[in-house]
Amino acid sequence: MNKLLKKYPNEIEKILSRYPADQTRSAVMPLLFLAQREEGFVPSDTLADIAEITGISETDITSVLGFYTLFHEQPGGRYYIQICTDLPCALRGSEEYLETLCQKLGVKEGETTADGLFTVEAVKCLAACHRAPMFQLQGDGEIKYYEDQSVEKTLAVIEALREKAKQEAANG
Amino acid sequence: MDKKILLRHLDVPNINQLEVYRQHDGFKAFEKVISSMKPAEVTAEVKSSGLRGRGGAGFPTGIKWNFLPNDSWPHYVVANADESEPGTFKDRELMESNPFQFLEGLMLASFAVQANLSYIYLRGEFWEIAHDLDQKIQDLEDVGLLGENILGSGYSLHLRTHLGAGAYICGEETALLESLEGKMGQPRLRPPFPAVEGLYGKPTLINNVETLANLPPILLNGADWYRGFGTEQSPGVKIFSLSGCINKPGNYELPLGVTYGELINTYGGGVPEGRTLKAVMSAGASSDIVVVDQYCLDTPLAYETCMDRLGAPLGSASVIVIDDSVNIAWLVAKTVNFFKHESCGKCTPCREGTFWMNSITSRMMRNEASAADIDLLKNVALQMQGKCLCALGEFSTMAVVTGIDRFRSDFEKHVRS
Repeated sequence: MNKLLKKYPNEIEKILSRYPADQTRSAVMPLLFLAQREEGFVPSDTLADIAEITGISETDITSVLGFYTLFHEQPGGRYYIQICTDLPCALRGSEEYLETLCQKLGVKEGETTADGLFTVEAVKCLAACHRAPMFQLQGDGEIKYYEDQSVEKTLAVIEALREKAKQEAANG
Repeated sequence: MDKKILLRHLDVPNINQLEVYRQHDGFKAFEKVISSMKPAEVTAEVKSSGLRGRGGAGFPTGIKWNFLPNDSWPHYVVANADESEPGTFKDRELMESNPFQFLEGLMLASFAVQANLSYIYLRGEFWEIAHDLDQKIQDLEDVGLLGENILGSGYSLHLRTHLGAGAYICGEETALLESLEGKMGQPRLRPPFPAVEGLYGKPTLINNVETLANLPPILLNGADWYRGFGTEQSPGVKIFSLSGCINKPGNYELPLGVTYGELINTYGGGVPEGRTLKAVMSAGASSDIVVVDQYCLDTPLAYETCMDRLGAPLGSASVIVIDDSVNIAWLVAKTVNFFKHESCGKCTPCREGTFWMNSITSRMMRNEASAADIDLLKNVALQMQGKCLCALGEFSTMAVVTGIDRFRSDFEKHVRS
């Protein structure tokens, strides 16, 4: 029983249609993003599903999963706050920004907030050097940029997301 | 310059909408080319424009196109939109703000090598851009500019986006192809080159986003017009990404040959008040660290002059500006850590070299290093040079060696004497 295929039949068909019919392996990365969409990490039982769809081994899929940083193998926060601390951003204060934000949230870099919503990470260059400090928000199957940030601005974004999660919980 | 050639959204509001782009000469080059030119004529025009690859290598674009053999089919074109070099953020602005010009360029390149299916490989972080491009591609299919038998020309073309998932190495073109084929992004041994055996083993042309965005104006206005900008060996305009210790960071579209001094002081507004210029890196983290003196400031930013005068390639023209508040040992620790994180692990010199360089620079940043560690660090870098499978390993050594040679006293502040 291919759970992934059962859950997203149309999307998987659309993904496969993007590549030549005999090159289904190219669909591995889009399928991993799909498998990750709901829980924020790739559940290990979906690897067999992806193997079946693409016709390659689970081992090969696991190698791809482990190679790329935007795929997560373990559960983390619902949202990843990924702050670039590479050279150009660091020259514009991103390291201090990261440190202060972590203090305010009561976490160390790489850790998840007590409510399970936010994992704060330092990451490599995100092509936004002129608008540092900045972070990308990965979660709910999306990736969005937040640029020209201050700790206050970011905390406002975080509060809005906490509010959204509360509303969702209240609405069942 | 009166009007922008690439960053046209600065002159034309809403040029990211198809109707507006078409009102401003959009797709005129493509319509002209598919209705009245042969593929070889398109390539010849691009070749005589002197356009050079904007991803960093500066290889002549028209010559690259000619490498695809005509006895092996199908051909593929892949737009390299993996922009990941620290200090580089130009392709992103083009795709976000003037996307149709980039797409038209990709369509022109596809026609020139007669590809019927072309991909745009974007770094996974450009998730929003990819979704926007998907919509724009749909818009073009809806008006018949993409699809089967485009405008009755007999030529068919489909475009597809493909998202990476966070790996700097995928900007290297053979690693990019591996990733597009659903594998780990590890570079291939060359030859064969992608032009002969690329995507799915077929002849493949890979061009940078900015390179492609240059094509519509070149094919609309002609090679001679394009050569009216820039220098003899580096014709045309270039987007310079300015970052670091600079008052006005951002992208600046300027003719090649503008000097460092003009870029940093006239356009970038100089370094913050009370500080002085110390160094520049012209190709992001992959650069030599160049000491800023009058000779440097007078150097024209063109492929030949940067190399001849400063020994440092222009690269992607991602200029990171460093002022006197920055310790170069700290800076080198940053770049080394980047490359250590991004090394794909395939070849030993890079995998081990970046690991050990990172160990030494980390020791320096903890102030636990000894004086001998400075030479040890340089020695590891020199051992790596010329031995790595792809350019990543080589690039990781540039800042290390030039940093130690030119700013040794900064390193001495981080070691026990």
